[in-house]
Amino acid sequence: MNLTAALFGKTFQFKDLKEVMAKANEEKSGDQLAGIAAEDAKERMAAKLVLSDLTLADIRNHPLLHPETDEVSRVIEEAVNEKIFAEIRNWTVAEFREYLLRQETRNEEIRRISRGLTSEMVAAVAKLMSNLDLVQAASKMEVTTHCNITIGQRGVLAGRAQPNHPTDSIQGMKASLYEALSYGIGDAVLGINPVIDSAESVKAILNATKEEMDKWQIPTQNCVLAHIKTQMRAIRQGAPADMVFQSLAGTQDGNTAFGIDVKLLDEADDMIRREGTGTGPNLWYFETGQGSELSAEAHHGIDQVTLESRCYGLAKKYKPFIVNTVVGFIGPEYLYDSKQVIRAGLEDHFMGKLQQLPMGVDVCYTNHMKADQNDMDNLAVLLAAAGVNYIIGVPMADDCMLNYQSTSYHDIATLRELMRLRPAPEFENWLEKMGIMENGRLTPMAGDPTIFM
Amino acid sequence: MNRIIPLDQLVDKVMAELEKKLPAATTQSTTSLREAARTEPSVDVTGFGELASNVPNPKWEEGLDELIASTPARIGVWRAGTRPLTREMLKFRCDHAAAVDSVYGTVSQSLLDEFGLFTVDTYFENTDNYLKRPDRGRIVTEEGVERIRKNCQMKPQVQVLVSDGLSANAIDGNLRDVYPSLLDSLKAYGLKVGTPFFVRGGRVAVMDHIGDILQPEVLVLLIGERPGLVSSKSMSAYMCYRPRKGTVESDRTVISNIHPLGTPPLEAGAHIGTVLKTMLEQKTSGVHLDI
Repeated sequence: MNLTAALFGKTFQFKDLKEVMAKANEEKSGDQLAGIAAEDAKERMAAKLVLSDLTLADIRNHPLLHPETDEVSRVIEEAVNEKIFAEIRNWTVAEFREYLLRQETRNEEIRRISRGLTSEMVAAVAKLMSNLDLVQAASKMEVTTHCNITIGQRGVLAGRAQPNHPTDSIQGMKASLYEALSYGIGDAVLGINPVIDSAESVKAILNATKEEMDKWQIPTQNCVLAHIKTQMRAIRQGAPADMVFQSLAGTQDGNTAFGIDVKLLDEADDMIRREGTGTGPNLWYFETGQGSELSAEAHHGIDQVTLESRCYGLAKKYKPFIVNTVVGFIGPEYLYDSKQVIRAGLEDHFMGKLQQLPMGVDVCYTNHMKADQNDMDNLAVLLAAAGVNYIIGVPMADDCMLNYQSTSYHDIATLRELMRLRPAPEFENWLEKMGIMENGRLTPMAGDPTIFM
Repeated sequence: MNRIIPLDQLVDKVMAELEKKLPAATTQSTTSLREAARTEPSVDVTGFGELASNVPNPKWEEGLDELIASTPARIGVWRAGTRPLTREMLKFRCDHAAAVDSVYGTVSQSLLDEFGLFTVDTYFENTDNYLKRPDRGRIVTEEGVERIRKNCQMKPQVQVLVSDGLSANAIDGNLRDVYPSLLDSLKAYGLKVGTPFFVRGGRVAVMDHIGDILQPEVLVLLIGERPGLVSSKSMSAYMCYRPRKGTVESDRTVISNIHPLGTPPLEAGAHIGTVLKTMLEQKTSGVHLDI
């Protein structure tokens, strides 16, 4: 494995794959915080050059985190199809990039070779791609999933209704939910983040969303984004959950910090299959985001793009209905400004899709980050072009509970009109029945939440 | 990523109390939220007046008022095509401007004096550095460590800390309500409190460094959250049983969203006391806490 590159009359020598992977990243404040980023632009390019000549076998043969010591590595390693890997093991990362971008490489081919990939190979190729490369390659990949309805079809842009309330008031939550539905949002999930992470609270919210689904015959699925243990307690107490939710990290230590491990996820998986109310087969909702491993001091010197890709390798095991990267939530110490957030959003969407995940993105930022709503407009358009399965819908993009800004009900409706995208088919039929949508466009009634009172 | 407030496994007792309070809060909310909204500077200062409906011909006029009063979320806002109306869009931008500015504020010295809180610094140096280098906000300066050793009771049963975190406004806006009710609650449970103080430029994990120095049984850190648009003054209470270097996130218990439009500050103080007492009884915290 050659770890040397000559560039501008200087020889750059890297000590191992971990260093090459980190330094080949586009600039991220999180990699700088971890002390593993490229020193300057030239060193970054030297790392990219070295990486482009490595083979997929080189990457697999030099694990960044050994499967013997890390269960996320084990999950990723065990999922590799050896026959397919044998076909592509001698490709360089450069050749892999060109393969993905070639016109004759279609969704079917990518889906097949994806079974021979590890998360590290996926991260490696993302590091050699431009933003437009990431958009184009991702746009080829169609990942459809089914919980109570199907989403992810080409030409469909779904939305999560995220009607959070700062005191978990059921009445207040329903008010924001009615507003969402009246704009045609809620086909991905009616998903609420509770303030109080307790079984009682989870149960009350699941009951409330289920009530609305039953009353108005809404073809969608519900979920409450509490800790998995809390959801399991609520389900045991009879709460109606179509899906279960959990945040994931890309290392075993990171997951320990989240209070989870593979064994617990397996238990929850078993439970939602036996005791959940969703049709399936896809019954999970996962969230991820670059930087969470470093935040938990569980990154093992590995860069945040690679760790994010490993989250997807873990997520894949549970065949989720939806996955999203909460890309700008973590703060400026990991993604400093709008340029870094936009890059990370495109990387995450691409890396997830290449691992056959139903990727959504929470296009978002916090108030201590150098970004604003205009930057979110930009990223949302890019992701819609890349074929993102869903984005988040919050009233006027302002989440009054989590204290950050995402995308709005208006934004999803606008992207659908602008990019000729539609809600999930079953949901669109329902919107037509309710008089909210006609031929893919909102009717004059849309935007009036009292139609659900 | 972990954006859930990991207040995992709050006890049935606490839950039962909340269950009693939540419906009450909900029934009051029709009037009280609107009143509270009037006192929010983000509404007053920007001069946008109270929340009102823009929907031209709602199916149910009174119903719409009820919905709007039930949440601080921006609903009933209507649209121009699929885009927001101009005034709503500008109001949003004004609130964002206020939130960005609140990251750079400082806690009032007279408030700290009022509660007899002395100040120690972390290695944050300045706000920009604080934002980029959270590791700096987790370590108290050598000078601060000395001051803690000189002024504080060692090995207290309960250690109380206050920090500006990402919003000095959150401390200015809520400490006067939370702090006395917390002390009352601890007193009622017969718990002994050590010497409280203020940490300037603190991150949540500064609890571990201070835990190493003072070795408390339980520690609570009242800290400013990153500001949102509705609430640039939201505070969190992070609690931990025997915090030490190496404590992981899931060992901490949090009550977040403490502000007049969220978890009411007075009630929060009492809840924190109950949670701390439970931690002492069970000798654990975070996801392991089971009450």
